Amino acid sequence: MTTAIVGIGQTEFSKDSGRSELQLAAEAVVAALTDAGMKPSDVDGMVTFSQDTNDELAVARSVGVPELRWTARTSGGGGGASATVQLAAAAVEAGMADAVVIYRAFNERSGRRFGQPLPTAPPSMSWTLPYGLDTPAKMYSLWFQRYMHRYGVTNEDLGRYTVVARKHAATNPAAWFYERPITLEDHQASRWIVEPILRKLDCCQESDGGVAVIVTSMERARHLRQEPVRVAAASQSHLVDGDIMFNYHHADIADFPEARSLGEQLWKAAGITPGDIDVAMIYENFSPVVLLQLEAFGFCGPGEAKDFIADGHIEVGGSLPVNTHGGLLGEAYIHGVNNILEGVRQIRGTAVNQVAGAEHVLVAAGRSAAVLAHA
Amino acid sequence: VPAVIPPTVDRGNDWFWEGVADRKLLLQRCAGCGLLRRHGSPMCGSCHSVQSDTQESTGRGTIHSWIVSKHPTEPDADDRIVVLVELEEGIRLVSNLVGADPVEVTNEAPVELCFETYGDVTLPQFRLVR
Repeated sequence: MTTAIVGIGQTEFSKDSGRSELQLAAEAVVAALTDAGMKPSDVDGMVTFSQDTNDELAVARSVGVPELRWTARTSGGGGGASATVQLAAAAVEAGMADAVVIYRAFNERSGRRFGQPLPTAPPSMSWTLPYGLDTPAKMYSLWFQRYMHRYGVTNEDLGRYTVVARKHAATNPAAWFYERPITLEDHQASRWIVEPILRKLDCCQESDGGVAVIVTSMERARHLRQEPVRVAAASQSHLVDGDIMFNYHHADIADFPEARSLGEQLWKAAGITPGDIDVAMIYENFSPVVLLQLEAFGFCGPGEAKDFIADGHIEVGGSLPVNTHGGLLGEAYIHGVNNILEGVRQIRGTAVNQVAGAEHVLVAAGRSAAVLAHA
Repeated sequence: VPAVIPPTVDRGNDWFWEGVADRKLLLQRCAGCGLLRRHGSPMCGSCHSVQSDTQESTGRGTIHSWIVSKHPTEPDADDRIVVLVELEEGIRLVSNLVGADPVEVTNEAPVELCFETYGDVTLPQFRLVR
């Protein structure tokens, strides 16, 4: 691909931003423009994904973007987080936009809270909701349980991921859990959310905050302020009979075939192998999706992720540092898009938990993923 | 008693809830090619037929996965065991396991259909085959 990420911006991550979601989006976009050394009039495309309350035109008006030639939204909730890179890069590559801003901003804690039980069952959810699957934690857990049963994964194994995420967040001043690491005992003492799968510390945060990313052509990127971060590959996978990100109906539900397909697509497109990935950002609304994705992307074999984590591979200093900003559990849950920003910082060499010599970063969101690389 | 959110019946799932009212667990079968469609689907993804009829499930299956569901905002509501049942027809569906304690639940345990009514809502449910 011949496109690059040239700017990133974010607000503070909190539990009560004190301002509207639109203001958070606008502030993040302006921060990204400033980072890139670009003007609002340089932007002619905007991308976000399902569930965003911020209308593209409202963001454009707030920021002062005079005309949008390209808007697009991906499906699939947080699984679409990395697809934003694909949509932005596709528009630039096709010549349908010169520069595309990806934005995501929410008051998930002080406004409409994410992950709360649904009060009614629309027809599409009447197959599951009357039986008690009324929160994302439960919907996902019914998938995770099969995986944990198949491979003997315990809740304590999941806790070892959370401990790493919180360790990384503890040294990231932007993270909500800055300077607040936990032990495995803390994890095991947190209350059950869905027994016997998820404890509270297995669940992502509810966060207030906004983030933005700017994608343009590599040619233009070379004349901007920052070292360009190349979009080496980006794709999506939505397999028939899957659901938002979990699946109940695939032949083997102890697997994550969408992520497996994404890996195969990305390695081929970028001309690399899983072993070439130096750092991985892995979407985790709940801790088990990290284990499932580590296996599906081929970083370890089926059922081996719990040992891969226990052996220290995913910590900074390990063979594949994961979620070096603290992830969605430790930094903030800006629906996965904050993972893209950390991927950019790792390639630029400016991350607080920098992995020396990082050349290829995977930014995975289960149903979409991108590989970022040096120009 | 668990707090139950009632289903919303529409043109895509009315056949299923009419079956429940008759205490039958119905599966949607393509009238064109005979394939069973999981969930409700207005068209067969294989032969494109928009016609379907139903097949009554034997109600026998196994527990494919399971969780304990606590009501998130009503602490007095009873816990429910949510199960993903693999029916012997090869279709999986979400339901509840009743008359069992969580310590008794195991993957692959054989289960059989029953019906329970909670307030105004009747649901197809499953019991362990003992």
